[in-house]
Amino acid sequence: MRKTKDLAQLQAIARGVRRHIVEMTGAAKSGHPGGSLSAVETLVTLYFDVMNHDPANPRWADRDRFILSKGHAAPVLYAVMAECGYADTPVDQLNTLRKLGSVYQGHPDRRFIPSLEASTGSLGQGLSVAIGMGLAARLDGKAWRTYVVLGDGEIQEGQIWEAAMFGAFHKVDNVVAIVDYNRIQLDGFVKDIMELEPLADKWRAFGWQVVEPDGHDIASLQKAFAEAAATKGKPTVLIAHTIKGKGVSFMENNPKFHGVAPTPAEVEQALKELA
Amino acid sequence: MRDAFIRTLTDLAPQHPELLLLTGDLGFKVLDQYIARFPRQFLNVGVAEQNMSGLAAGLALEGHTVFTYSIGNFPTLRCLEQIRNDICYHGANVKIVCIGGGMSYGAVGFSHHATEDLAILRSLPGMLVFSPCDLWEAAEAARYLVSHRGPAYLRLDKSAAPVNVEPGEAFRPGSIRTVREGSDVTLAATGGILGEALLAADALAEQGIFCRVLSVHTVKPLDTDTLAAAASETGGIISIEEHAVDGGLGGAISEALMEAGVFPGFFVRMGLRNTFSSAVGSQQYLRKVYSLDAAAIARTVSARLARGADRFLTVAAR
Ligand SMILES: Cc1ncc(C[n+]2csc(CCOP(=O)(O)OP(=O)(O)O)c2C)c(N)n1
Ligand SMILES: [Mg+2]
Repeated sequence: MRKTKDLAQLQAIARGVRRHIVEMTGAAKSGHPGGSLSAVETLVTLYFDVMNHDPANPRWADRDRFILSKGHAAPVLYAVMAECGYADTPVDQLNTLRKLGSVYQGHPDRRFIPSLEASTGSLGQGLSVAIGMGLAARLDGKAWRTYVVLGDGEIQEGQIWEAAMFGAFHKVDNVVAIVDYNRIQLDGFVKDIMELEPLADKWRAFGWQVVEPDGHDIASLQKAFAEAAATKGKPTVLIAHTIKGKGVSFMENNPKFHGVAPTPAEVEQALKELA
Repeated sequence: MRDAFIRTLTDLAPQHPELLLLTGDLGFKVLDQYIARFPRQFLNVGVAEQNMSGLAAGLALEGHTVFTYSIGNFPTLRCLEQIRNDICYHGANVKIVCIGGGMSYGAVGFSHHATEDLAILRSLPGMLVFSPCDLWEAAEAARYLVSHRGPAYLRLDKSAAPVNVEPGEAFRPGSIRTVREGSDVTLAATGGILGEALLAADALAEQGIFCRVLSVHTVKPLDTDTLAAAASETGGIISIEEHAVDGGLGGAISEALMEAGVFPGFFVRMGLRNTFSSAVGSQQYLRKVYSLDAAAIARTVSARLARGADRFLTVAAR
């Protein structure tokens, strides 16, 4: 995979990914646009700049691993992998999301898309699997790294904190977790349902290196991933400050668009905004 | 059985550098020798079974053969969704080992009894389910699982049935082991409780009733052929398990025979009936309380044979 650090280029890719997300969920009449849009820059930065991977050879042994633990944001992952050119995520079929016979299941499914590292959908489980992979790399003396994206609502799950404790105690420094801190979960705002603050302090108390990038500023994300790579002896978490529904005015910070697709008129307006 | 399992793992670990043993803080010192010899092939992950199962899946997806090891329901029910999604859906090479199958933990109490695990684990797609009756089966199942690829569950009992291993006998995963021949009744048991079936068979033999005793060490996949033969060659089948009758061995046998269109002369499921094993006492005592000991098995056989005779008489009188 040819990587790029060029901000203008990465931002253009991000804009295209956002258009895909709107169109896919609009065509499916269901899906999760909000949490997909908030994670766009994170995934674009990872797939086009940070991670070593080869879309032409998806099982390349030394590739970096990626797990979308918040599996409901599948549209952003599908769109990014499609833009990378993975054969099992064709761009021209993105709009078959959730349709009969599509490889694009509502949640990432390795049985349909073998290039995926893991099938996800039940929140709270991905960090453990990622740390298991990180341990494997260490045991086998490999240099590849593992990245896992978590939702902020998701980290209310107890298993996340089991895994956090484990990762720090065992110094699994080849794993990077990214919390998409968009402050909205399914039924509303995190602060009203079960507040996570002080979130950075929690991760620090669990022994993690904490970096707090602006999750929509690619340069800020690049810097954060570089800090993660330089951090030895403990895992790193990026608490990426984001806006749910980012890029589409009427979706931004609007809990309604967690799991509701845009109408055809809304798709049209959103695509205008993302032109 | 636990020790037989660990001995087998200790024997095989050197030839299998990909083998990893994870425990959720339940080594109880019995793992010490293994740990001392293979520190790189062991990890105590703390009291965190959901994380343990997810870690195991991640390690297995990267080529390791991972055993998760704990007691009672902790490696299974506590982390069922991790087993279902992370392990089974990915076909990950993880072997889940429960020590303390059934009511092994006796007076420790119902929280430590695994009495729904067979039903739940066998319902998971891709999962193999082993429940050995003696030390030989436990060791052989463990040996098989080290080389087998894919998810499996191994339920180990504290008790072990006294079964003679025939010279040259081979452990056949997926097959039922006939431990005693007989044609009046079939006693199909899984786990150490098979020892009670053997005692019952001894007592019944003195009355001229000869039991065929089957060790169903592999609950999934189930050996339907041997069961179908038992259904047609013996008077009836009694399933015996230290487990709920719902969905466990008895459930599995009845499903298999119904689907095969083979109907035993009679069929009784012996196990826990809609109850928790909450009485206080040893495994042996609990078997008595819940009517699962040799005496209860013998009573059940006699009652069913008598009932069968009654039915025969009524039919003849008509
Ligand atoms: C274990 C589990 N419980 C509940 C759900 C249903 N669910 C899907 S998304 C979601 C909210 C997640 O919020 P968050 O992690 O903040 O996601 P994001 O805002 O990034 O979309 C819930 C409750 C689930 N998928 N898994
Ligand atoms: Mg959120």
